[in-house]
Amino acid sequence: MHNFEFVKPSSIADAVAAMSTEGAQPLSGGQTLLPTMKQRLAAPEVLVSLTGIAELQGVCMGEGGLHIGAATPHAVVAREALAHYPALASLAGGIGDPAVRNRGTIGGSVANNDPAACYPAAVLASGATVVTDRRRIAAEDYFQGMFTTALEEGEFITQVIFPIPQAAAYVKFNQPASRFALTAVFVAKFADGVRVAVTGASNNGVFRWEEAEAALSADFAAGAIAGLTVPSDDMISDLHGSAAYRANLVKVLTGRAVTAAR
Amino acid sequence: MTNVTMTVNGKSVSAPAEGRTLLVEYLRTGLGLTGTHVGCDTSQCGACVVHVDGRAVKSCTVFAMDVEGSDVRTIEGMANADGSLGVVQQAFQDHHGLQCGFCTPGMVMTTAALLAENPRPSEAEVRHGLEGNICRCTGYHNIVKAVLAASGQDADAIAAQ
Ligand SMILES: Cc1cc2nc3c(=O)[nH]c(=O)nc-3n(C[C@H](O)[C@H](O)[C@H](O)COP(=O)(O)OP(=O)(O)OC[C@H]3O[C@@H](n4cnc5c(N)ncnc54)[C@H](O)[C@@H]3O)c2cc1C
Ligand code: FES
Ligand code: FES
Repeated sequence: MHNFEFVKPSSIADAVAAMSTEGAQPLSGGQTLLPTMKQRLAAPEVLVSLTGIAELQGVCMGEGGLHIGAATPHAVVAREALAHYPALASLAGGIGDPAVRNRGTIGGSVANNDPAACYPAAVLASGATVVTDRRRIAAEDYFQGMFTTALEEGEFITQVIFPIPQAAAYVKFNQPASRFALTAVFVAKFADGVRVAVTGASNNGVFRWEEAEAALSADFAAGAIAGLTVPSDDMISDLHGSAAYRANLVKVLTGRAVTAAR
Repeated sequence: MTNVTMTVNGKSVSAPAEGRTLLVEYLRTGLGLTGTHVGCDTSQCGACVVHVDGRAVKSCTVFAMDVEGSDVRTIEGMANADGSLGVVQQAFQDHHGLQCGFCTPGMVMTTAALLAENPRPSEAEVRHGLEGNICRCTGYHNIVKAVLAASGQDADAIAAQ
């Protein structure tokens, strides 16, 4: 790994200043960034740790729903979101393993937008808002294809705000070696309709399955999607599963998520 | 290099580190605490698990500088004050929860953190809790037994069910 200058600001204002340095990159839990730096796929000159900023930590109900600080580890979300948004808590508690959940954070996961990551599905299905040091971004505008987001140079996430659905569930088919999602589906039922977000399946990263949303908005039952098929053209195909296999999983897991939703 | 200070196994320590110095390098090379192992160096195997402020983390995937000032516990801090094996360590010995022993420091640290949070886990909870720790020798059954025994439950009776 190439060396870098390490800075650890204790306020958002100081982090903004540190992030304006040439070659600066934020470090949150490091569970993705450290392995990437070891492979020299990333070589920041300045690493700005976000783990010492109290304003970026914690889970609480507020305007617009559940507010989660960007540097809140998955394990804390699993515990503290349980009473407010059980499907989200369960998603957080199923990421990786205990040690990964103790360090890895929601901000890092949403910033990274791995095509097999869990949180992007929750953010998109919930219609969440990604709050950064400079603006608020709607989930629809935020995700722009695998590993690509609306974040600009030097911009960092401070918070994610989740509207709370009437019922929701996240069902993940684990890739057993990495424990990432081979494919996973987040279903969220709101008063004005159902949203279905799929991760792990598409070459374009997380996406909404709109046909299923329409069918489930009319009838929120697993049977409502029985007649639908998911095209496999844009699906990921690798040694763990073919495109057709993933397309089928999308439908199966959506049905399971509808049944599990509470 | 600057000196990074933290508390390790109850003692305040200080050793030189650069930005890129991993916590595991700081412990092993800086402090000579070689009980913490590096298996994969890619955050997959859990051999390097230590506690930072009471929580299990993979020390190969944390920068030493990022945990400056923290309270760190390693396998060297798990024995009783008189030098005899701690409860978790003794259970691993009693139930043959190790063969080559390479994964054991990480297994013991993960177990201790698991039991601190969930003092009487079910077998399924133990297996879920150990998902990030890979052992290539034991086949896991005896590790699970050791964890159940360390929690004060009758591991053999549970295994027989
Ligand atoms: C063994 C293992 C298993 C895993 N399993 C899963 C899984 O099942 N599901 C899953 O979803 N994930 C999984 N992960 C990934 C894990 O959730 C990571 O924690 C997460 O993807 C990145 O979060 P982080 O806080 O560690 O971010 P970091 O590694 O610190 O950062 C990741 C990237 O985001 C940037 N970044 C960090 N914070 C911010 C911010 N606030 N604003 C803007 N950019 C930022 C960094 O610069 C970097 O580019 C796994 C990881 C490992 C090692
Ligand atoms: S050496 Fe750290 S997880 Fe394998
Ligand atoms: S005892 Fe050999 S790796 Fe676990």
